This record gives sequence, C-alpha cells and structure tokens, in this order.
Amino acid sequence: MEGSHLQRQMACMRKSLFDQGFLDEQFIQLEELQDDANPNFVEEVVTLFYRDSTRLILNVDQALEKVPLDFTKLDNYMHQFKGSSSSIGAAKVKNECTQFKECCKAGNAEGCMRSFQQVKKEHAALRKKLEAYFQLARQAGTGETASRSK
Amino acid sequence: MENGFSSPRTDIFPAGLRVLVVDDDLTWLKILEKMLKKCSYEVTTCCLARDALDMLRERKDRFDIVVSDVNMPDMDGFKLLEQVGLEMDLPVIMMSVDGETSRVMKGVQHGACDYLLKPVRMKELRNIWQHVFRKKIHEVKDIEGIEDIQMMRNESDEFDDGYLLSGGDMSSVKKRKDLENREHDDQEFCDHSGVKKARVLWSVDLHQKFVNAVNQIGFDSEYQSSFLFNSLIRRFSTKNEVGPKKILDLMNVPWLTRENVASHLQKYRLYWSRLQKQNESVTSFAGTPDFSSKDPPGSFGLQSSINMHQNNAVNSNFGYSGNKILVEDVGPRIHEGDLEGIVSFLPVAEPKKALRGHVPDPQKTSSSSPMGLTHYLKSMGPDVNYASFKATVPNQHPWSGEASAMQFKQQLKQEHEPYLLLGDGYTHLPLPIPNHIQVHHLMPAPSIYPRTSITERDESGPIEVQPFCTEYRSNHITSLSPVGRTIGSFSVEADRQIIYPQALEAISTITCCDFNQNFVNNLESDQQNLIPGSESALASLQEDLQLFLLQGYGYAENIELQNIEFSDCED
Repeated sequence: MEGSHLQRQMACMRKSLFDQGFLDEQFIQLEELQDDANPNFVEEVVTLFYRDSTRLILNVDQALEKVPLDFTKLDNYMHQFKGSSSSIGAAKVKNECTQFKECCKAGNAEGCMRSFQQVKKEHAALRKKLEAYFQLARQAGTGETASRSK
Repeated sequence: MENGFSSPRTDIFPAGLRVLVVDDDLTWLKILEKMLKKCSYEVTTCCLARDALDMLRERKDRFDIVVSDVNMPDMDGFKLLEQVGLEMDLPVIMMSVDGETSRVMKGVQHGACDYLLKPVRMKELRNIWQHVFRKKIHEVKDIEGIEDIQMMRNESDEFDDGYLLSGGDMSSVKKRKDLENREHDDQEFCDHSGVKKARVLWSVDLHQKFVNAVNQIGFDSEYQSSFLFNSLIRRFSTKNEVGPKKILDLMNVPWLTRENVASHLQKYRLYWSRLQKQNESVTSFAGTPDFSSKDPPGSFGLQSSINMHQNNAVNSNFGYSGNKILVEDVGPRIHEGDLEGIVSFLPVAEPKKALRGHVPDPQKTSSSSPMGLTHYLKSMGPDVNYASFKATVPNQHPWSGEASAMQFKQQLKQEHEPYLLLGDGYTHLPLPIPNHIQVHHLMPAPSIYPRTSITERDESGPIEVQPFCTEYRSNHITSLSPVGRTIGSFSVEADRQIIYPQALEAISTITCCDFNQNFVNNLESDQQNLIPGSESALASLQEDLQLFLLQGYGYAENIELQNIEFSDCED
C-alpha cells in the first residue's frame, strides 16, 4: 500500500525523467547493473558523478574568467564533462556540453559563457530531480531495491 | 604471453578474463568495473595511465586485455596504446565519448583492437574476450611456424646470409620502392593489430631478417640526409617507402605472410616517427663524446685490436649515458676476452621507459640488440651504399678503418645474429629496434676489426650488426667504403656481423628507444643479455640517445636465442 504507492510514484517520476529527456538509456544500463552485490549502485554512481562534475564546473568557471579565453582548455574540460554526463545518462547536460564545445571551436566567447550557464542549469536541475527520486526510492522500501531496476 | 591460455581460467573462458581498465573518469571507472564484473571478468581499475603501465610491466602476464580511455590527463591514450601493444602485446580497446572517424582511425592505426563509444553498453564489453581469444589462436600458430623456421635455421647457417646476400645488394637497396610500397600502403593500413590474422612470433632471427629487409628497402635515394637513420626514420614515418610486400619478399621466410610483416612494420613506424620527432630536437648526441670528431679513440679500438675486452670499457665509454651514444667504445671494447658483448647504443630520442625497466640483466645472454649495425649502415648515408657512408660519416670515425668497436663477432649460434646496435648519437635517427634485442656477446676471440680479419667467434654468436643495409652483412662489409676497407678485413663470416662502431657514429641517432624497450621487454622474458651497462644506460636513455649496450654474453649458451620468442613482439 504505502510501499506500492511510493513505488508507483517512483515509477512515475522515473518515467517523466525519461520522457522529458533528462535521462537516456544509459541510466537504464546502470539500473540493470544494480544487484544484490551493489544494491545502491545507481545512487552511488550518480553521487560520484556529481562530486566530480561539481569540481569540473568550478574549473570551467575559473577558466571562463580568464581573458582571453583558452578555448582549447575549455574544450578539454567540456570533453571530460561530456564523458562524465554520458556515464549516468544525463542527456540534457550532455547536449549542453556539446553546444559549449561548438562555441569553443568557433572561438565564440559569448556563446561559451551562455552555453555554460545552460550546462550548469541542466546539471543542477537534474541533480534535484535525482535526489528526489532516490529519496523516494529509499522510502519505497529498502527491501525492494531490486524492484527498482528494470 | 605464452602460447595458449596460460591462466588457469581457460576452462571457464571467457569468464575470469583479466581486464585492466584505465580511465581518468572515476564515474566511468566504477561503471565499467561493475559491467565487467557482471560479465564474470576479473577487473582491475586504474585512473592513471602511468600506473597502468607500471602494473602491466610489473607482471607481463597479469592481464589479458586492456581497456582504456582516449583522453587522459597524464598520458595520451594513443600513446598508452602504442606502448602496451609494443611492450606487452596485449589487445587494447579504446573508449571515448568522441566518435569522430578521425579519432577512431587513429586508434586503429595505433593498434587498437576495438574502439568503443561512450556510453559503453555492457554487451559491447561482454564481447571483448574475442580479441583475446583471437590473439591466442594466432600465437599458437606462430609457435608452430617458428619451430619450423628454427629447424630451417639449424640446417644451415648460411641460410640467413644467403638470402641476405642476395637481398642485400646495393642495387636493390637503391631501388625506389615507393611504387611498390604505395600499393601496399592501404593494405597495410588495414593490417592493424586489431585484425591480425596470424600472430607471428617475432623471434630475434625473424626480426633481424625484417630489419635487414627494411634496410635494404630503406636505402632510398630520396633520402639524401646525411644519415641513413634519418632516412630510415622518415621512411618509416611516411609509411610509403617501406612496403610489407617488399619486406616480405626480401625476408624470404616462407611461412610469413604479408600481413604479419605489415603489422610488424606498422608498429615500427609508429615508434620511428615518434622517435624521429624527438630526435629532431636532439641533433647530436650530446652524449657521445667522442664520436664525432674523434678518431675513434681506442675505444673503438677496433683499429688496433678489438679491445673488446673491456666491456666495461665499453660500458664506460659508451657511456651508458643513455643519452649519448657511446658508440665509440663499443668497438674496441669488445674484447675478445670479455665478450662483453656489443654495446649497442641506441640513441633514444625519447625516453624509453622500456629500456629502463626492462633492461634485462646483462648477464642474460641471449638478447641481442639489433640496433647496432643497422644504425651504422643507416648512417652510412642515404644511399644504402656504405660507400656513402664515407660521405656521410665524417671520418672522424676512424671506423672506417678501424674496427669499429662493434665488431663483435658474436657467433650466435645460428640462432640469431645479434644485432649490435651502435647507437651513434649522431643522427637522431631512431633506430627501429626490432623487438628483440639481440645481445651479442662478443666472444673473446673475435676481435672484430673492421680491418683485421675477423675471426669468427665460434662460440659467440656473431654480432650481427643489423645494419640497415644488408650489405652490412659480412659479405657486404666491403661495401662500406670508408669502412669498406676495414670491413673487408672483417672476415665476416656469413653469420658474423661486425658491428662497426663507426657505424654507430653514423647512425648517430639510433633511437631505438622504443624498440629497445621492446627489446628489453621481450628479451627479458627470454634470455636477454643486456649489458648491465645498458641497463643503466637505458635508464638514462630517456633523454636523447639511448645507448643500448649490449654486451655479448657468451653466446655459447645462447642457442636458445633462436627460441627467443619475443612473444611480446607483435607480429
């Protein structure tokens, strides 16, 4: 009852994350990897991602303050960021990274600034959603972790 | 790795496959680890390329396959790929979030077995065992092939010389191989390590043949640089001049296929071109002190007598100064009594880690480094003719006359002709050092003097200076003009190679760095005699020239050299 209600909520939330394009099938891969040996695998990975990417964001912010902009460096950062976000299936974040890279290639400083703002925005938005999702998952039942995965 | 599945997990293969994952992204590392574990593989993760290399080197057979990201902060993934391929000959799979064709192509060119796009799916990882399996199968085939070859070799010593002689005439060397090479170019291109069909075990002998063949082809008049090395390097880096078909023909090894040669060649090319870039900045061996201008100091002593003895001298002379090519000493030092071996200095333009770590104890007799002579020859000048050697090599090398230090005649009991790599620090031509390092030990007796008749050392394997020019071979020694005379005096026996220290000079930059490395690596598994000095030298080789000092260790017992399976040598 409570459990199933929460689970339904969870399922709903999860579905919307996919439908809205926040997550892609890589996330499903992660869910599939979750098992008894690693019951919180997905959450662990996401946590790891956010830890790393926060650091990366800081680096990029700093780099964006330099004048003139070092596009190569920025491009490298974004490459890393893109790789990272692809690991959890953060689709929107990944797309914004691609945009940023395009601006770097074009040497478009303004564009870089703007697109990075987008990156950060998507990054933060997804984080909130995932946090809510995991919280729900926890509430839905510790004994039901297996059912979380597809 | 040995032929077949050496690990005890063969019964449950592919489960238990030992995978090393290298990626600076911790998130991916965690995911990949989990994925691979789910495939029942044994996973080791690493976020630094350097650590990965250390781990790999520490125990060659610890892993079956390496999966690595392309973009890493401490080392370029492609570079790691190259290193692993050459040193350990493990299959390497590249990964990246960037799927651009050019990048993928680059991966393939560098020898990647596969290139996965991130996000990586588990099913893609599940299949990686196929690469391992494929390699193993080919290894088995190679072993069988090698045995045949060995039998052949046992039959006649002259086998090699015979074909060498025939192949190595100057004229052929001078022929432009471009056309032929070009037509093979794209074929070669396809022969990347990832799709090796037959894994050839590049034994010392085999590699020597390969190098000889390459040398022959290498003498292309278009490379009018002063040193053969340069041309050789260039040749390899352009990948057009030297064609696998041509090499295959020259090598005259029946069971060898063009693909084998092509992939082997490809590896060398990569190294050479890298070395070349490095060498470009290092023009002179700084290290080699006397080379150039000096008359070959006694060290090269060949003049008077091969002072082979002092290998120590050699060592010292040659300075293991890794960076310098101490070719000089090479010559004379080779003292008969000592059989120290030939010091092959390979000037390594870039730091070759392999050398460092892998220089096997010099005591090991079996290794020979092929670099030596070839270098000479190379330096002989663009023309293959050694005659040009004269021109190119300033006579400071008394070698021409004087027995270059490297005249070690090491009688490799037919097994391999030791390559004496005399790294003359001159040109930083990286010497493509075959994967195997042949250590020739100089037999006490043979004082190989270019001038004097070189008595062959029966015991010791002939020091085969693998000149890039086959001419160098005993028979061709005379072709070296400046050296020619002296060479002539080398009664180089068919299977004796005399290493002319002078040649080393000419060779100047024999950057066999990578090769040396490989050699070392390979050798270590087999008997390798790396001159102890070389070890230290190697350590310092990193800088610019790596002198590979090979001390001939009594070959007498190195018959097994021929069995040296440089299993790490890729095909």
